[in-house]
Amino acid sequence: MIAAVSFENVSRHFGSVKAVDQVDLVVQPGEFFAMLGPSGSGKTTCLRLIAGFEQPTTGAISIFGERAEGVPPYRRNVNTVFQDYALFPHMNVLDNVAYGLKVKGVPRIERIRTAEDALALVRLPGYGTRKPGQLSGGQRQRVALARALVNRPKVLLLDEPLGALDLKLRENMQEELKALQKTLGITFIFVTHDQGEALSMADRVAVFNDGRIMQVGTPQDIYARPASRFVADFVGSSNVVPPDFVKRHCQRDGWGSLRPEAIRVSTETNGTGIPARVVSVSYTGAATRLGLDAEGLRLHATVPVGAIVPEQGADVVLSFGANALHVMAADA
Amino acid sequence: MSDTVALSDRSAPAVLTARNGVLGALSDLFWRKPKLLLFLMLLPPVLWLGIVYLGSLFALLLQSFFSIDEYSGMIKREFTLKTYGELLQPSNLDIIIRTVVMATLVTIASAIVAFPIAYYAARYARGKWKALFYLAIMLPLWSSYLVKVYAWKLILSKEGILNWALAKLHLTGLLEAWLALPIVGGNSLSVSSTGTFIVFVYVWLPFMILPIQASLERIPVSLIEASADLGASPGQSFWNVIFPLALPGVAAGSIFTFSLTLGDYIIPKIIGTSHLFIGQAVYAHQGTAGNIPLAAAFTVVPIVVMGLYLWMAKRMGAFDAI
Repeated sequence: MIAAVSFENVSRHFGSVKAVDQVDLVVQPGEFFAMLGPSGSGKTTCLRLIAGFEQPTTGAISIFGERAEGVPPYRRNVNTVFQDYALFPHMNVLDNVAYGLKVKGVPRIERIRTAEDALALVRLPGYGTRKPGQLSGGQRQRVALARALVNRPKVLLLDEPLGALDLKLRENMQEELKALQKTLGITFIFVTHDQGEALSMADRVAVFNDGRIMQVGTPQDIYARPASRFVADFVGSSNVVPPDFVKRHCQRDGWGSLRPEAIRVSTETNGTGIPARVVSVSYTGAATRLGLDAEGLRLHATVPVGAIVPEQGADVVLSFGANALHVMAADA
Repeated sequence: MSDTVALSDRSAPAVLTARNGVLGALSDLFWRKPKLLLFLMLLPPVLWLGIVYLGSLFALLLQSFFSIDEYSGMIKREFTLKTYGELLQPSNLDIIIRTVVMATLVTIASAIVAFPIAYYAARYARGKWKALFYLAIMLPLWSSYLVKVYAWKLILSKEGILNWALAKLHLTGLLEAWLALPIVGGNSLSVSSTGTFIVFVYVWLPFMILPIQASLERIPVSLIEASADLGASPGQSFWNVIFPLALPGVAAGSIFTFSLTLGDYIIPKIIGTSHLFIGQAVYAHQGTAGNIPLAAAFTVVPIVVMGLYLWMAKRMGAFDAI
C-alpha cells in the first residue's frame, strides 16, 4: 500500500535552529494521525512541510507516492484547517467555503451547491450569508473545516484545531471530527499539544521533541509502554523512576515508568511494600491525586472514589503489580 | 512553615492606604469618574475644531451664497445662488473639470506606484530595512515642499537632467512626440500638464504608501496561506484576498491624494501650463479680484466632489473590510 504521507530523513532548519531534524514518518491512507509535542517541538513545521508552506532543507517528502519537494501549496491536493481558522473576513460563509472551487473555475451554481453540502456536513446549514465576524469560535471552526473539505483533499491537515474552544465544545468536536473522518475516509493529520486529545482521537500518535520524533505508536502503546523518559513524562502524568529504583523492585536495568493509577496506597503501615509519606492531597473529581515521598522520590498516585484517602502527612505503604512498572528502552 | 514566619515579621501595611496631597485626591476623583477626565481632555480640541475650524468653514459656506456687485465690487450680503451660477460658466467649469481629472489621474497613478512599495514594506522588509523604508518615505516630507517643487522645475526643464538623460538614451524624439500632443504637451515638461502630473504624484506619494502599507500589514499571513492551500495561484490570492483587504488602505490614501490635489495651488503655478486649477482660482478671486463669494463657491467644489467620492467608494465596498 502506498503511504498517504511519507518523510524520509526530512530536516527543516531555520538558520541554526533545527525545527525538524532527520524525521522519518509514514502515515497510512485513511488514518487519523496525531502529531503530539510541546510548543517548539517541530510538529507544526512538519504539518507545514506537508501543506507546502515550508520546504525541507534536506530529505524527501512524498504524498501518495508523489515527491512533493518544490511543489507549491496550490498544486497539492492537501487542505489545512488553520489554528486561527484563517477565514476570509471580507467574504460571507458560503463564499469562504466555495473559495477552493472558485479558484479552480467550478461554475457558480455547482460550487454553491457543493458548498452548501459541505456546510450541512459540518452541521451549519443556512449560515451561508453570514460574515465570519458574526460567528462564534465553534462555528468558525466548522466553517474552516467545511472550507478545507470542499476540495475533497487526499489529506486533511489540522493545526491545533480545537485549541481555542472551551472544554465542553472541544469534547463534542473531538467526537464529531472522529466520526467525520470515519465517514469520509480521508487521511487526517492533526497537530496538538494536548495529550488527552491525541490519545482519544488518533489511530496513531507521533510524539515530538526538539524537532525529532521520540515515538510513534497507537495511543495504547504510547500510554502504557512509553519508549523514553520524555514520552512517559509528556504523555499523561506517569511517574518516571530512576534505574536504581527499577533495579530494587523488579531487577531490571533502565529508567522505568509507573502509572499513578497502578500504585496501590495502603494505610496499613505494617504491610509489605514501599514505605512513603503523603505530601499533598488534591481532589480531581473522578479520583484523588496524592503526592508521595517514597525512598527520596516524588511519586504520584491516584486513589479512586470510594477508597480510603489518607491525610496529608500520613505514613502509607505503596505496592504495585510486577508488570505495572514499564522499563524504557531509551535513556533520554 | 518558615515562610509565613518570615512574612509576618515585617510590619504589616494598612489595608487601605491613605491618599497623599491634592494630586492624589485628583487621581482618586478621576478614577471614580472616568468620564470627567475624558470630558476635560476632549474640551480643548472640541472647542478648537468646533469654533475655529467648523466655524470658519461655515462662514465660508455662507459667503458663497452672497454675490458681488458688478459695478461697485462690493459684496451684497443677501442670499442668492447667482455665484453658483457663475461656476457653471464655461471658463470656470473648465477649471473644475481640469482639476478633478488631474486629481483622479494623480490618485490612480499614486496607487499604482505606491502599492508595490507598500507591499514590499509590509510583507518583506524587516528590522533595519523597515527602518530604512520609513526613513525613505518620510525624508521627503521633512524638506520644504517649495524646495522640492522648484527642484522638479529644474529636473523637468529643457536644460534639465531628465532631458539630458533622455538624450543620452536617444529617446528625445519620444519626449518631443509626447510634448507635441494637445492638452498633455507643451514647450517643455516643466510647462506642460504632464509635468504638473509628475510632480503631484511625487509630492503626494507618501500619503498613499503609508495607509496601504498599514492595511497590508494587518492582513494575517495565514489568510494568504489559506488561499494558496485552497488552490489559488499567487495571482488569484492577490485579487481575491490581498487586494480586497488592502482596499480600505487604498481608499484612505486616495482621500489624501485626491483632496490634496483638488486644493493645491502652488504646484500648478510653478510647474505646468497657464491654465488655472481650483486652488489658483480661489487664490485669484479672493486676492486680486476681491470676489470672495466666487472664491468661496470654488472652495465648496472640492468639498462636494470629496463627498461624492467617499459615497461612491463606500458603495463600491472600499470600506467593507474595515
